[in-house]
Amino acid sequence: MPADLQDEPGADGVGSRAIGTSVTDGSARARAAAAALATVPPRPGVPKPDPILVADGVLRQFGGLTAVDVEHFEVQRGVITALIGPNGAGKTTFFNLLTGFDKPNSGTWSFEGKELAGMPAYRVARRGMVRTFQLTKALSRMTVLDNMRLGATGQRGENFFRALLPASWTAQQKGIDARAVDLLGRFKLDSKAGDFAGSLSGGQRKLLEMARALMVEPTLVMLDEPMAGVNPALTQSLLGHVKDLREQGMTVLFVEHDMDMVRDISDWVVVMAQGRIVAEGPPDVVMADPAVIDAYLGAHHDAPLSLEEEEAQIGGARVETLTDGRDEA
Amino acid sequence: MDIAVILENTIRALFNAEALILALAAIGLNVHFGYTGLLNFGQVGFAAMGAYGIGSGVVYLDLPFGVSLLLGIALAVLLALALGIPTLRLRADYLAIVTIASSEVIRLTARSAELRELTGGSSGVNGFSQGFYSMNPFSPGSYGIGWLSYDANRFFLLVVGWTLVALCSVLVFLLMRSPWGRVLRGIREDEDAVRSLGKNVVGYKMQSLVLGGIFGAFAGFAFALANSSVQPDNYGTQFTFLAFTAMILGGAGRVIGPVVGAIVFQTSLVLVENVLIQAKGAGYISDRILESTDIGAVRFVLVGVALMALMIYRPQGLFGDKKELALDAR
Amino acid sequence: MGIVPGHAHPPAALRSARAAALALMALVLVLVGGTTVAHAVASGERVVGTLNNAGTPVEGVTISVERGGAEVATGQTNDAGRFEIDVPGPGDYTVVLDTGTLPDGVELRREGGERVEVTVRPGGSGAALFLLGENTNVASTRLDRAPQLLVGGIQFGLVLAMGSIGLSLIFGTTGLTNFAHGELITGGALLGYVVNVGFGVNLIPATIIAVLVGGAAGFALDRGLWRPLRRRGTGLIAMLVVSIGLAFVLRYLYLIYFGGSSRSYAQYATQSPVDVGPVGILPRDMVIMGVSVLVLVLVGLALQRTRFGKATRAVADNPSLAASSGIDVDRVISVVWVFGAALAVLGGVFLALSQQVGFQLGQNALLLLFAAVTLGGLGTAYGALAGALVIGVFTQLSTLFIAAELQVVGALIVLILVLIVRPQGILGSRERIG
Repeated sequence: MPADLQDEPGADGVGSRAIGTSVTDGSARARAAAAALATVPPRPGVPKPDPILVADGVLRQFGGLTAVDVEHFEVQRGVITALIGPNGAGKTTFFNLLTGFDKPNSGTWSFEGKELAGMPAYRVARRGMVRTFQLTKALSRMTVLDNMRLGATGQRGENFFRALLPASWTAQQKGIDARAVDLLGRFKLDSKAGDFAGSLSGGQRKLLEMARALMVEPTLVMLDEPMAGVNPALTQSLLGHVKDLREQGMTVLFVEHDMDMVRDISDWVVVMAQGRIVAEGPPDVVMADPAVIDAYLGAHHDAPLSLEEEEAQIGGARVETLTDGRDEA
Repeated sequence: MDIAVILENTIRALFNAEALILALAAIGLNVHFGYTGLLNFGQVGFAAMGAYGIGSGVVYLDLPFGVSLLLGIALAVLLALALGIPTLRLRADYLAIVTIASSEVIRLTARSAELRELTGGSSGVNGFSQGFYSMNPFSPGSYGIGWLSYDANRFFLLVVGWTLVALCSVLVFLLMRSPWGRVLRGIREDEDAVRSLGKNVVGYKMQSLVLGGIFGAFAGFAFALANSSVQPDNYGTQFTFLAFTAMILGGAGRVIGPVVGAIVFQTSLVLVENVLIQAKGAGYISDRILESTDIGAVRFVLVGVALMALMIYRPQGLFGDKKELALDAR
Repeated sequence: MGIVPGHAHPPAALRSARAAALALMALVLVLVGGTTVAHAVASGERVVGTLNNAGTPVEGVTISVERGGAEVATGQTNDAGRFEIDVPGPGDYTVVLDTGTLPDGVELRREGGERVEVTVRPGGSGAALFLLGENTNVASTRLDRAPQLLVGGIQFGLVLAMGSIGLSLIFGTTGLTNFAHGELITGGALLGYVVNVGFGVNLIPATIIAVLVGGAAGFALDRGLWRPLRRRGTGLIAMLVVSIGLAFVLRYLYLIYFGGSSRSYAQYATQSPVDVGPVGILPRDMVIMGVSVLVLVLVGLALQRTRFGKATRAVADNPSLAASSGIDVDRVISVVWVFGAALAVLGGVFLALSQQVGFQLGQNALLLLFAAVTLGGLGTAYGALAGALVIGVFTQLSTLFIAAELQVVGALIVLILVLIVRPQGILGSRERIG
């Protein structure tokens, strides 16, 4: 991470903090988040005062290999929580399980008090828990605007029969378009609205994917490695956008390898290793924890990940090839 | 070598029944593959459902012609559900194998002696088209101009058939510019992304399979009526691949693609066949190279060459935009 | 994917592709030249059959051929009970036996059995089967037939395995679902026929020649077609469609230059079974089974023991990992194509020995090959072998319960069910689902 990013204003005007300090953001939301977690002791599986997501006994095995074995896990509402851990720790698999993209061997979890286990992925998303992917999934042969429109829920024209009666959905579509254009503007993609998403750069695709997720109007945004494969020039802007989600009252849970980013924007850090949660707490506390340094930081410090390291995630039942993720411009 | 005969046959091929049958089947495949990304290699199974629906419905079940049409559509819908419920979660090449295998299961079962009471076994079904031609409003005589002249019944079939092609195309056009079609195109690009945005992907794939399958049944109707007969061995895998080639030729994922593709493809086949017949008749081709009985097989060689060349050099079809295709991640 | 850095020079690659394409063309020409010889022997379209009552031929029975309700030809059975009636062209015919001309005491086995539907393919003959007298097979119970069918099934499975192993390894190493694999099998059967009947070479050396040419054809296919496509970054679905196109081209070239009729090899076509315990086995079938087992064991040993076999399994497991550990992936794929095609050719000759040589031989087997490969788990050699045996035995034994004409249907339904319930195959591990 280049040092000159310190104290640079984010793209949307939200100031970014100096690297390595604890949460000292000027905004009320950031202070409230810090305050809510101030009394929570830093130990694995600790209960939070106002959890939006609670998971219990989630176990996922591939063959004989245990990929995820989480006893208890809570995400505090309205804060930015980072999920870190060495490669193969099961972070992405855990994401897949929580969002319904993979099925656990056992376990329960609830979102805003509603049981989610066994619910298909699309219904999880409709409940307001929306994820992005480690390898960006821009819908290449559709325009940027169409990508955005797809994110809007409850569209009347998505019903087969009403689709044939444009009068029943054009008015609604106008509202959706306005919202999409507004979001694209905030993500500096408005000039690309008519372009095919496949023509965007890797970083722009990340932005598009995040903006598209916001079209769903989520309450919990789950970002799987938002910085992977992003041009350094765009990282500050992306960081700003993530913090902005919290400012708008959303909860953020993200998987990240980039320690600077984790330190920089997260209110709370959860560390996974070998499928289990081994530590959690405020960033400065966790980063100083010898167990964490041993399990994770010792191997990596905060050097950017190499290709090989990023490649070998246990990605659920998916096999991802080396080249797929390296699609940045 | 009689150039006039070649021209006449070729021009007739522009609008003949084969082209419209191919167009209907390809419109269905386009909904499946072109818009939703479903690799359905069993389109002929849907056509067989339509064909046996009217054939067996009229002849063996004594249903009125109109009810038999509905039976054909219902059978196609049932096939789509039976195929789709268990298989839509499979990845593309598995879906291809399952669909091609089921279309063969349908053909082999329909031609088996066990089902002779329902399908006519290997001799198929005849004598059901009366109900259709009795609705013919055209009085006997010749219709059309010059080479494009038809008797009243054939003219009726072509008018109804091409009208159906037009209606199906309009339907696809309306659907694909709607939010419904947008979800389908999203699934084609990346179904997990669409799922993460709260869309019931399996539900949409199923709707796509049913819609394209109904178009396949329409192709079966046209095929059965054009021949006034349903022969099980006409519903082999080659039918699917002809329609697939037509769709790729015209450009997958375009409303007009399968129609233009079917006409161009069918016409080219007839042109080549007629040139060969004439050249052969004039003695330009020796028996050592090609015997006259083999000219029919040449068309299938051409189908293969066209399919290979298209996929290698112009996967976007004759009229597609190469730039758009370059974005395809697959 | 640019897996192998050693072959990065495009001009050289292009040149070798051109050379391979030429080689492939030369092969096709040899095949075409040879089959034309064979084709000249074939006569026009006919309807043929033999009347047989409890083992004795029935002579002098009038047989007529109808098309669209009108009689188009007629003939009589000769002293061997045989009739061969020329018909005006390919198409569907109804063949009618004049029951009034049957000798006294000879009756049709089934009411309505005097009319038979026959399809005559271009240049071919359609067989009309009339059943006379009591069914002598009825006496045998299911239990009696089971051992015989089991042996037949094992043989069929072993022959299928020749095709399924190549299909599976090609899929495993390249990701290609090769719809043209059936045409490699047909090509093998035809090559054997051309060398055997066309050039008058005994079938055993003819088979060896065919297998060698088949291996060369596999090499040419990889270098001339598939490798350039991989280099272009052609998608897997696109390559799958290309293989369908290739299947069409080959199948109908076979039809054009070989004809639509079924032929037999010059040797080993007619044999009497040897009783082995409760079953009778043709000597040639014993040889087929013996050679198949030997070949399959050799393939297994080669995969298990040799450096090359290990490299192949490594590539099938994870191509990018194999490439990064110094394996020449392109070379492995070439060799897989050579052996895959050679095995398919051998399987084709064996299959043609029991089913006769015809241009649709391999096409008819293709879906069974898919069934075998998916049953065993795509991409694994042992899975393909096990799957082929299961499918072979299943198709034969299923005739105990369902009509023989539906035996393929049974296998295909098994294929569909397996894909639905366990997409990774019976033997495949779950992690391999991509």
